[in-house]
Amino acid sequence: MENLVSIGLNSVFVGNILLSYFLGMCSFLAVSRSLQTAAGLGVAVTFVMALTTPVNWLIYHLLLAPGALAWAGLPDANLSYLKLILFIAQIAAIVQIIEMVIDRYSPALYTALGVYLPLITVNCAILGASLFMVERSYSFAETVVYGAGSGTGWCLAIVAMAAIQKKLRYADVPAGLRGFGISMIVTGLIAIGFMLFAGIST
Amino acid sequence: MKAITDKPWSAVKRSRSYKEIVKALWKANPVSKQILGICSALAVTVQLQTALVMGAALTLVVACSSLLVALMREGVPRNIRIIVQVTVIATLVIIADELLKAFLYDVSKQLSVFVGLIITNCIVLGRTEAYAMNNPPGRAFLDGLANGLGYASLLVGVAFFRELLGSGKLLGYAVVPQAFYEAGYVNNGLLVLAPGAFITIGLFVWLEHTLLEKK
Repeated sequence: MENLVSIGLNSVFVGNILLSYFLGMCSFLAVSRSLQTAAGLGVAVTFVMALTTPVNWLIYHLLLAPGALAWAGLPDANLSYLKLILFIAQIAAIVQIIEMVIDRYSPALYTALGVYLPLITVNCAILGASLFMVERSYSFAETVVYGAGSGTGWCLAIVAMAAIQKKLRYADVPAGLRGFGISMIVTGLIAIGFMLFAGIST
Repeated sequence: MKAITDKPWSAVKRSRSYKEIVKALWKANPVSKQILGICSALAVTVQLQTALVMGAALTLVVACSSLLVALMREGVPRNIRIIVQVTVIATLVIIADELLKAFLYDVSKQLSVFVGLIITNCIVLGRTEAYAMNNPPGRAFLDGLANGLGYASLLVGVAFFRELLGSGKLLGYAVVPQAFYEAGYVNNGLLVLAPGAFITIGLFVWLEHTLLEKK
C-alpha cells in the first residue's frame, strides 16, 4: 500500500512525465495558450493514459513478454520486440473508441474535447508511460496508479503553464526570446519548482 | 560540362535540393523553428555520446521513412495514409532499436525508452506527411536526411554545453583541468538535471533568433 502511494506521488510530482522526462512537449507548447483548452486537453490525456497503460500491461504480460505465451503451448516465444507497434496500435484504437463513446453519450463533452482527442494518439507521454511501465517492471496495481498519476501530473503542468502564459502576455520579453524561447525557460523554472517535492516522497 | 566545373558551387547553390537542405538545417530547423520533436530532444542531452547516437538513429529513421513513403505514395489511398505512415515508421524504429541493442548495448540502455519514442516524434510524421507524400523519392530522402541532421545538430549543441558545464567532461573524458577545481571552480549541477535542459534550449533559441534577424 505504501508502495502504491509513493509511486502515485512520485509520478505526479517528482518524476513528472513532462517536467522530468520531457514527454508530451509538442502539444504542451501548442495548446498552452488558453487556460480552458489546456484544462480540457489535460483531462482528456489523464483519462486516456489511465486507461491505456493498464491495457498495455495486460497485452505485454499475456502476449509479448518472454514466456508469456506458455498458456498457448509456446513457452519459448519472446515477442517483446513487437511491443512498440502493438502499443501504438492499441492507443490509437482506444482513442477512437473513447471518441465514439463520448460522442454517443455526452455530445457536450465531445464538442469541448473533439479537436484534441485524435491528437492524443501522437502524444508521446501516452506511449512513454506504457514503455516506462514495461521498463520498470511494475505490477498490475502499480501500473494502474502510475498511469493515473502520470496523467494527473501532465494535466497539472499544462494548466500551470497556461496560467503563466496568460501573465506573460503583459511582460516585456526581449525580441529574440519571444514565443518558443521564453516558454522553454518558464518550463525550466516550473520544473525547478516541481523538483522541490523530492524531499517529501523519498 | 565546363560551365558547371567553372563554378560548381553556384550551380549547386541554385538547385532546389540545396535550398531545401539549407532551409531544413538553418532557416527552419525542425526543433528550434517549427517546435517539433522536443520530447526526445531534451531527455538524451545530458551526455554528448547519447545525443550523438540518438541524432544518428533519428536521422536514419526520418530519411528511410521519407524514402519508403515517397516510393509508396501513389499506391496508398488518401484516407488510410496516416496508418500506413505510422506502420512504416514503427517498423524502422524497431529495426533501429534492435541494431542499437546488438552493437551499442550500453548506450541503448541509457537511451532506454527514448528510441522507441521516435515513433511519436512529430518530425518524422511531419516530414512524411508534409513532404514525402507529394515529392519523388530522391528529394524526399534528401529532405528527410537534412531534417534529421538539423535535429541532430541542435541535440549535439545542447548536449555539448550540458556535459561540459554540468560535469566537466566531453564524451566521457574530463576536459576541465584539475587545477581549475583546485582554484575553486565548481561544476554546475543544475545543468545535469531536467530544468537545465529547458533553460539551455531556451537560450539556444534566443541566440538563433537574434542571429537570423540580423541577416
